Amino acid sequence: MKYFIPKDSAAVSIGAEQVADALTVAAPDAEIVRTGSRGLYWLEPLVEIEHDGRRIGFGPIETDEVSGLVETILGGKPESHPKYVGRIEQLLRDQGQQRLTFARCGVIEPIDFDAFMAHGGTAGLRTALDQSGQTTIDAVKESGLRGRGGAGFPAGIKWQTVHDTPGAEKFVVCNADEGDSGTFADRMLMEGDPFTLLEGMAIAGVATGATRGYIYLRSEYPDAFQTLNEAINIARRHNLLGSNILGSGKSFDVEIRLGAGAYICGEETSMLESLEGKRGLVRFKPPLPAIQGFQSKPTVINNVITLSSVPTILAHSAATYHSLGINKSRGTLTLQLSGNVARPGLYEIPFGATLEHVINELGGGSASGRPVRTAQVGGPLGAYVPASHFDTPIGYEELGERNAMVGHGGVVVFDDTVNMAEQARFAMEFCDLESCGKCTPCRVGSVRAQEVIDQIVAGHDIEANADLLRELMELMAQGSLCAHGGMAPAPVLSALNHFSEDFGVREPAEIN
Amino acid sequence: MEQNSDTERNQIRDICADHIDQQAPLLPILHAIQSRLGYVPDIAIGEVADALNQTHAEIFGVLTFYHDFRRQPPGRHQLKVCRAEACQAVGGRAVWSAAASAADNGSGVDVEAVYCLGNCACAPSIQLDGHTIGRVTPDRVSNIVTGANQTRAPS
Repeated sequence: MKYFIPKDSAAVSIGAEQVADALTVAAPDAEIVRTGSRGLYWLEPLVEIEHDGRRIGFGPIETDEVSGLVETILGGKPESHPKYVGRIEQLLRDQGQQRLTFARCGVIEPIDFDAFMAHGGTAGLRTALDQSGQTTIDAVKESGLRGRGGAGFPAGIKWQTVHDTPGAEKFVVCNADEGDSGTFADRMLMEGDPFTLLEGMAIAGVATGATRGYIYLRSEYPDAFQTLNEAINIARRHNLLGSNILGSGKSFDVEIRLGAGAYICGEETSMLESLEGKRGLVRFKPPLPAIQGFQSKPTVINNVITLSSVPTILAHSAATYHSLGINKSRGTLTLQLSGNVARPGLYEIPFGATLEHVINELGGGSASGRPVRTAQVGGPLGAYVPASHFDTPIGYEELGERNAMVGHGGVVVFDDTVNMAEQARFAMEFCDLESCGKCTPCRVGSVRAQEVIDQIVAGHDIEANADLLRELMELMAQGSLCAHGGMAPAPVLSALNHFSEDFGVREPAEIN
Repeated sequence: MEQNSDTERNQIRDICADHIDQQAPLLPILHAIQSRLGYVPDIAIGEVADALNQTHAEIFGVLTFYHDFRRQPPGRHQLKVCRAEACQAVGGRAVWSAAASAADNGSGVDVEAVYCLGNCACAPSIQLDGHTIGRVTPDRVSNIVTGANQTRAPS
């Protein structure tokens, strides 16, 4: 019997390692494959077996349930187990998931190169090697793929700029500084299917003429660091990386650089400074990093999920990818659902589902059973969307119309016990802590905003201070170079506008 | 003490020599020093500046910009507690308070706030000596701090 148990750090954080240990005792002859996570975290630790050629799952499994589980399975009636969840692929389909970027994650052992190949690995890179860089870039453009890190810039246009900029040396930098609270897709992919990221980076290199890649990885992800390091070594042995990739004579290699606990280094220009061994202060743009990036050379900078989505686009077709989604948001969104929600996890679904569907249908509503009051969408710089706006479809422009954003695809759910003035203050504490200090509105404004919110909450001159807070948020939004100061007002203003009662403000502001 | 700092100085010089051929090696060097010595001692500033042909101010600026780098020897255990939104939504504030008060009692555990460990779907989350622990409660985190106090540092 073959068992599959995740080695994903989140699954391990709630006991997957102990379950695997118990399984080696309860079923000494069993083959145990340690996979990434399926992203169904409410079922973790999830144990899967291969039964009649299909994968069926049981979860969440506690350590003391393992021997009973093995007995039930060996008894030939797996469906009689109380934790039986059935076929995982069917469950994903029933949820409307389309696993393209995460096709292999949770299915195979992350650093098993043969399994990667058996599940379609390198098909995208082979396509890229068989055609001109321009053809690959055209396909990325045609797919409609936009930056999944938060900015949503069309990936193909960025690649085109790097391709068209002359330079003896060009770079691909993967932004793996996944600092937004409520996001974990990058971590899951790097721990669960690292070869896909390396393949995506190699494609970007081949298409644009870059020969060196860097992965800027946050230091909070020690497991991803280890898995990626092992994957890079294996990839070199199999010529997925190196001086002769897949026998093409082209070269591309990747090195990991660890961040050092600075949220701001997820901002691309700050990340470049950090990669160059400096303080992570944001740069002015222009020049664009695509023209003068790392070491002032043309540089593709994309997020982990953006780069990891390219192999599937090339392996199938740009049109297939583009056929999913709505309006200008094409393909799949790797939605990460967390906070106070019954079924937290990763949902790879086409763009266009409403927040209502995602939070209540997929997520099962709040974990506490209390009414859901709001969800913060798109990370700590994203707006708090009130339940009355949950009819908004998730798309770049669609959320934008409601002053919210897709960001990195994180949705953090809060029930009605949340105090929105507290959340607004926290947004400014965080902005203050993580500001690089370059722009005064961000550096000083975030401190002043905490003081003003304290004044409001204490009941001092509430209306005048609320106006002052709005004015300050406008100043920060307009007067900061990067999204840190520029977007940190979004959670504050959304809290103030939609939940003014939590601040003691009498007249709700005009709400769009 | 004198001998200690000489040993450290030599280790720092070795680390600089190991990294000198990399592009922009400052962050990797500081990480390597901290991983070897547990912190980045003041003598490292001059040594690294000399090795990289940069000013002391530049090295000092980088060292103090990043939250990860410690300038004092650490306690026996490092506990990071997530204080960000996804954990807040499921009781993270109480977990932080419990960790902070348990650590106050001379526990030898350094408690540090972090803002997201990427474990949001299994929140609230903490990380003890590099190992993430999910779905913690205030009681559990208090026990972990107390328990860690009674064990030796991991090798």
